[in-house]
Amino acid sequence: MLKTEAIDVQKLRADFPILKRKVHGKRLVYLDSAATAQKPQAVIDALVDYYSRYNSNVHRSVHTLGEEATEAYEEARAKAARFVGSSPKGLVFVRGTTEATNLVKFAWGEKNVKKGDVLVTTLMEHHSNIVPWQLLAKEKGATLKFAGLLPDGTIDMADFEKLLKESPRLVAFAHCSNVLGTINDVHAMCAKARASGATTLVDGAQSVPHMPVDVGAIGADFYAYSGHKMLGPTGIGALVAKKELLEDMDPFQGGGEMIREVFLDHATWNDVPYKFEAGTVNIADAIGLGAAIDYLNAIGMEKVREHEVRLLKYALETLSKAKGFHSYGPSDPQKRGGVVSFNLGDVHPHDLATILDEEGIAIRSGHHCAQPLMRWLNVAATSRASFHVYNSYDDVDALKAGLDKAGSIFRL
Amino acid sequence: MSSADIYRELILDYYRSPRNFGKLEKFDIDAHDTNPLCGDDIGMQIRVGVGRSIEEIKFSGKGCAISQASASMLTELAKGKPLEWVKQLSKEDIFKMLGDPDLGPSRVKCALLGMKVLKMGVYGYLGAHYEDPDDTP
Ligand SMILES: Cc1ncc(COP(=O)(O)O)c(C=O)c1O
Repeated sequence: MLKTEAIDVQKLRADFPILKRKVHGKRLVYLDSAATAQKPQAVIDALVDYYSRYNSNVHRSVHTLGEEATEAYEEARAKAARFVGSSPKGLVFVRGTTEATNLVKFAWGEKNVKKGDVLVTTLMEHHSNIVPWQLLAKEKGATLKFAGLLPDGTIDMADFEKLLKESPRLVAFAHCSNVLGTINDVHAMCAKARASGATTLVDGAQSVPHMPVDVGAIGADFYAYSGHKMLGPTGIGALVAKKELLEDMDPFQGGGEMIREVFLDHATWNDVPYKFEAGTVNIADAIGLGAAIDYLNAIGMEKVREHEVRLLKYALETLSKAKGFHSYGPSDPQKRGGVVSFNLGDVHPHDLATILDEEGIAIRSGHHCAQPLMRWLNVAATSRASFHVYNSYDDVDALKAGLDKAGSIFRL
Repeated sequence: MSSADIYRELILDYYRSPRNFGKLEKFDIDAHDTNPLCGDDIGMQIRVGVGRSIEEIKFSGKGCAISQASASMLTELAKGKPLEWVKQLSKEDIFKMLGDPDLGPSRVKCALLGMKVLKMGVYGYLGAHYEDPDDTP
């Protein structure tokens, strides 16, 4: 039972060298892709190829290697933009989602947020979509407000709309929750936020790796994602925005590459997106991200999504048979991404993770960088299993057996 | 050693029915720390008695079975001992107390959190500062 109707997992697993690895003598059952995904050989090869064949700095060198590196880097930018329905001029390479939100905080927020302004986010956010706004609000004398959630783990739209009546400057929310899995109606939320005069930022860290995304259709002013969660290398991600919006912003970091001319008393800025890419950029990992995008496109993001919905449905059915199992988030697999956060009786998630590790099963345990959400759920921590293209029903079955073992050790 | 050995009856018993759990009405030492990695949270309160000994001790907090059981067992061990005894306490003592479970590096911190809080409190009371040798930068 390795094939879902969408993906032939057995065939595909051969592309991921790490899946050959044994952990405590057992087959590695990797269920922590929401934290970071595994990399196919094609991505690893792209990194090795760059370093061993055309390693060179970009944009500055006239020699052959420099030209090849520049071409590959810009081609990766075009791929990363096209992948989310954007254009290369509107895509800034960053370290990941966290750097993207911080870039917006510095380059847009410092200029546009004033004393007394309201900023809005939600209770389901990752810390990277909370803390930058807290810092910004504190600096500017603005107020950060949180839209609440309904018991099923979806955003309370009545509360959201009530906050929009306060004419916030910024409205920031996740496309897909890394804990609850909730897929938010980002089209409607962006439209409503824009109608209230707000600038919108959507955190796509858990959506871009798992489903087709079209930033233009969503209507977000800023959209951020991380390469490492979508089979790409660590240290690379994207901030997507309209060219005009980026042009209107102040620089993020100062240094080489981001300038046009430098004088003793002032400097002028390079065109976007280069204005936001100071210093030597992460060339290798951008190229690696391009390879990851090629890999995902070859499967097809519709198929990736369909695969995960099937796995999620199977997981919710199977795991709920484990004694003491209690999961969080919407019950309809169509309305959530491929993550299952849960608790098992009074077994602490860290104890559970230790027991599962012994079976070769990797899950995440803890607060998932979403402490306000943990408080809302009234739990200190949860366990989380999350999927990507290389997971299948056998992984869910292994997890179920692991939960049964934990239940018996803890005498649930 | 397997997880079945780590989570022996003893640990589960202390996890589910922690001894000396709660707060003291009168205390001379009050220390608290968390393990940011997993959110384990331990507080310890001590009333100092004659001869600078631990007359009363209670712990509070939340977290995994290892951190909670270890803190609870430690309060039992510490009760009645002179404060100086806390200074001699080593991680080997804690592992022994727990029955020498084979804990990976990420779980050792859970086991040692109670001792860290106890040492922080007692060192502070004695006018010294406790530097956790295992604190990573
Ligand atoms: C929903 C969400 N937002 C933001 C982030 C932060 O991403 P990164 O750590 O790659 O910056 C993550 C991942 O940890 C996430 O799951």
